[in-house]
Amino acid sequence: MKNPTLAAGLLAITPLAAFADVPQLHVLTYDSFVAEWGPGPQVEAAFEATCNCDLVFEAAGDGAAMLSRLMLEGERTDTDVVLGLDTNLTAQAASMVMPHGVSADLDLPIAWDDANFLPFDWGWFAFVYDTTRVETPPASFRELIDSDLSVVIQDPRSSTPGLGLLMWVKAAYGDEAAAIWQGLAPRILTVTPGWSEAYGLFLEGEADMVLSYTTSPAYHIIAEEDETKAAAAFEEGNYLQVEVAGILANTDQPELAQHFMQFMVSDAFQSIIPETNWMYPAVMPEGGLPEGFATLAQPESLLLPAEDAQEIRDEVLAEGRDALAQ
Amino acid sequence: MSARRDPRIVTWTAALVAAVLILVNLGALGAVAWRAEGSAGWSAADWAALRFTLWQAFLSAVFSVALAVPVARALVRRRFPGRQALIVLMGAPFILPVLVAVTGLLAVFGRNGVMNDALALLGLPRLSIYGLHGVVLAHVFFNLPLSVRLLLQGWARVPSEHLRLSSALGFGGWARFRHVEAPMLARILPGALAIVFLICLTSFAVALTLGGGPRATTLELAIYQAFRFDFDLGRAALLAAVQAGIGLAALQLLARVTPPETAVTGLDRAAPPPPGGWATALGATAITLAALFLMAPLALVVARGLPQLPGLPAVVWRAALRSILVAAASTLLLALFAAALTAASLRHRWAEGIGSSALVASSMVIGTGLFLIVNPVIAPETLALPVTALVNAAMALPFALRALIPAARRAEVDFARLSLSLGLNARAHWRLVLWPRLRKPVGFALGLGAALSMGDLGVIVLFAQTGSETLPMQMHRLMGAYRSGDSSGAALLLLALSLGAFVLLERLIGGRDADT
Repeated sequence: MKNPTLAAGLLAITPLAAFADVPQLHVLTYDSFVAEWGPGPQVEAAFEATCNCDLVFEAAGDGAAMLSRLMLEGERTDTDVVLGLDTNLTAQAASMVMPHGVSADLDLPIAWDDANFLPFDWGWFAFVYDTTRVETPPASFRELIDSDLSVVIQDPRSSTPGLGLLMWVKAAYGDEAAAIWQGLAPRILTVTPGWSEAYGLFLEGEADMVLSYTTSPAYHIIAEEDETKAAAAFEEGNYLQVEVAGILANTDQPELAQHFMQFMVSDAFQSIIPETNWMYPAVMPEGGLPEGFATLAQPESLLLPAEDAQEIRDEVLAEGRDALAQ
Repeated sequence: MSARRDPRIVTWTAALVAAVLILVNLGALGAVAWRAEGSAGWSAADWAALRFTLWQAFLSAVFSVALAVPVARALVRRRFPGRQALIVLMGAPFILPVLVAVTGLLAVFGRNGVMNDALALLGLPRLSIYGLHGVVLAHVFFNLPLSVRLLLQGWARVPSEHLRLSSALGFGGWARFRHVEAPMLARILPGALAIVFLICLTSFAVALTLGGGPRATTLELAIYQAFRFDFDLGRAALLAAVQAGIGLAALQLLARVTPPETAVTGLDRAAPPPPGGWATALGATAITLAALFLMAPLALVVARGLPQLPGLPAVVWRAALRSILVAAASTLLLALFAAALTAASLRHRWAEGIGSSALVASSMVIGTGLFLIVNPVIAPETLALPVTALVNAAMALPFALRALIPAARRAEVDFARLSLSLGLNARAHWRLVLWPRLRKPVGFALGLGAALSMGDLGVIVLFAQTGSETLPMQMHRLMGAYRSGDSSGAALLLLALSLGAFVLLERLIGGRDADT
C-alpha cells in the first residue's frame, strides 16, 4: 500500500482479537442475525454477562453460505458453534458437528430427536400478500394456480426459502410435484437470488405475493404499525423452517460451546428472538409471544426429515427448473 | 516508438504489478481448481446458461453502443448551458451499485412504475419489465453512459485540423461523417462493443432478478451456485474457465477488427463546434431522450431516499466511512497499477493484456480463490478490507487502461521524437508532454475506480466479519431485515458517495473541463 497512514487506518477499523484473558467462543451465523437490529448484539451481551468469555459472532450470508464457508476453511476453522442452518442443510453438515448433549423442552410443531443439532427458532414458509390488494388469498397451491395473482419466489440454489418451497411442494404433492410446478410457472413473475430482493419487489408493488414466512406480517404490525400484510395458510399445510445450531467436532472450547447451547434454549436468549429475528422461539419464553404475533396465520406443518431432504434435493431442483425454464 | 529508455524502477514496478494481477486472476482460479475433488461436469443446464449469457451480452452490447452513437455525436456538436453537468450525471448509472440501479429502474419501468402509470392513463396495457428485454434494458441503462464516454473520447481525439479542413472544403454532414467521423468510429466502436459485452458477460443479480427465472441464468450465477449450493469447486472452476475463454476470444476478435491508430498528426487543439442546421434538432432529441432514460430512475432513487437520510442508524454512517477508506485505498492501488502498466505498455504488448485480464475473470472465483490462498496463513476475515481494496483496483484496471493507454500512445506517436530532439529528460518529458495529455484520462480512470469500489458488493461478502461491513453490505442487510425505508436512504447515500468520488477525482486531477 502506498500510503502508510491509510494502511494503519484500514487496520484500525478491522477489529482485532480482544487481548483480554478470557476464552473466546466463535459462533458462525448468518448475516441478518448479527445486524444491529438482529438478535446478535443482545445475545452477545446477555451471554457474556454469565460466561466470563468473549462471544465472537462471524457472519456469512445465509445458511448455505455458512456451510460453504465452513467447507472452504476446512480443518483450519476457528468456528466453535455454527448457528442458523435449517433442516434442508443439516444432513450435509452432520459430519462436521458433534452431539450437543443439551436437553431442552422444545415448543416445536413437530417432534425433535436430532442429537447433533439443537433448534433455536422456527417458522412456516408462506406466501405473504397485501390485504389492500388481494382480498381473498388462495388457500392452496391449486387455488394459487387457478388465480391470476403474480408471485415472486427465490432461487433454490442461492436462497433458503427458495429451497424450502421446492421441499414444500414435494412434501405436499409427492409424485404430482412436477405437475404443480408446471401450473405455478405462469404465476411466477420472477425469481430473485435472495430473500431481500424478492421481498423488496413485493413491497414495491411489483408482485401480489412473495415467498416469505408466516411471521413476516408481525414485523409490519409491531415495527411499523402496519396491519395490511398477511400470510396465506395453505390447506396442504405450510413447510416448516427449523433453524438449528451445532457444536463443531474440532472445537477447542467444547465446554464453553455446550454452555452456549444451554444458554441458547434458555429464557434470556429465547425472549430476544421474536422481535429481532421475527421467528417463533424454539422454547416459549415466560412472557409468551409479543402481541403482534397473536393474529398470525397458524397452518398445519409439513417437514421432510433432514436425510430425505438431502436425498431428493437434486430431483426437486430439476422439477422446479424444468417447469420454470420453459 | 521513441528511443527514450524507461528508468529501471518503472520496469520493475510493472513486473511486480503484473505478478500481483496474475496471482489475483489466474492464481485464484488455480487455487479453486486445485482444491476441487471430482466434479459433476458440464450439464444441459450449463449449456442453457452459456447460450443465455452470450445472447444477452451480445444484445446488451449492440443496443448500448448503437444508442450511444447519436447521443455522443450530438453532445460533441452542441454547446448549451448545463452540458458539463449533464455529461457528469449521465455517467452515474455506470458507477451505480446494482441494487440501487434496479430499484430505480423498477420505479420507472416496473408494474407500478411511472411509465406503466402513464400507459394506464392513456388507456394502454401495462408492460412487463421481466424477461430478456428487462435484462437488456438494465444493461443498456448501465452501459449506455460508458459507451457515450468512450465515444466522446474518440471524438475528442479527432484532430481539429481535420474538422477545419472539412469545413474549408465545404463538406456537408454526410461527407464529414464519411471521411472524418466514420474512420474514427471504426477504431472506437469495436472496443466499446467488446467492453460492454465483457461487462454483461459476468452479469449476475440483474440478470436473474429481471430475467424472470431460471431461464435467465448466466454463467456467473451458475458459478455462484456451484460454490454456494453444490460446493462443487471443480464445476465452478470449469464454468469460470469457459467464461474467461469467451472473454479472451472476444478480446482477440476485437484486436483483429480494430484498425491501427493512424499516424496523422494534429496540432493538439480542441475543435470548434461544427455549424448547426436541421441536424441539431435531431441531436437535441437524442440528448433529451437519453437524459430522460438515464436520469428518471436516478431522480426516483433520490426522491425516495431523501426523507430517510436523517433517520439512518449510526451503523450505516460507520459503514459509509469504511467504504470511503476502502475506495481511497483501492484508488491509490489503481493509480500505481495503471501508471506502471501504462508506462510498460509503450514498450511491451503484455502490459495491456495482463492489466485487462480482470475483465474476463469471475469475481466469485477471485474471492473464493484468494480465500483459499490466504486461509492456511492467516484468518481470511482479518484481511476483508485490504483484499476488497486490492480486488476492486484489479477490477477497475481494465477501464483505466482503456482510457490511459490510447492517450499515452497518441502522445508518444505525436511528440516523442520532438521531445527527444529537444533533449528533454524523462522528467521534463513527463511534465511537458505526457501529463498535460494524460491528466484528463487519469482523472476519469481514478474517478471511475473510486466509484466502482464504493459500490462493490463482491469479495467483501466472502471475507467480511462483524464490524467490517461496507456501505453496500449494510444496505443489503437493511433490505434483508424488512427495513426498506432505511435501505432506500442508504441507497441514496451510496449514490451520492459514488458520484461524489467520481466527480471529485475527475475534477481534481483532470482539471475543470475534464469531461469533454
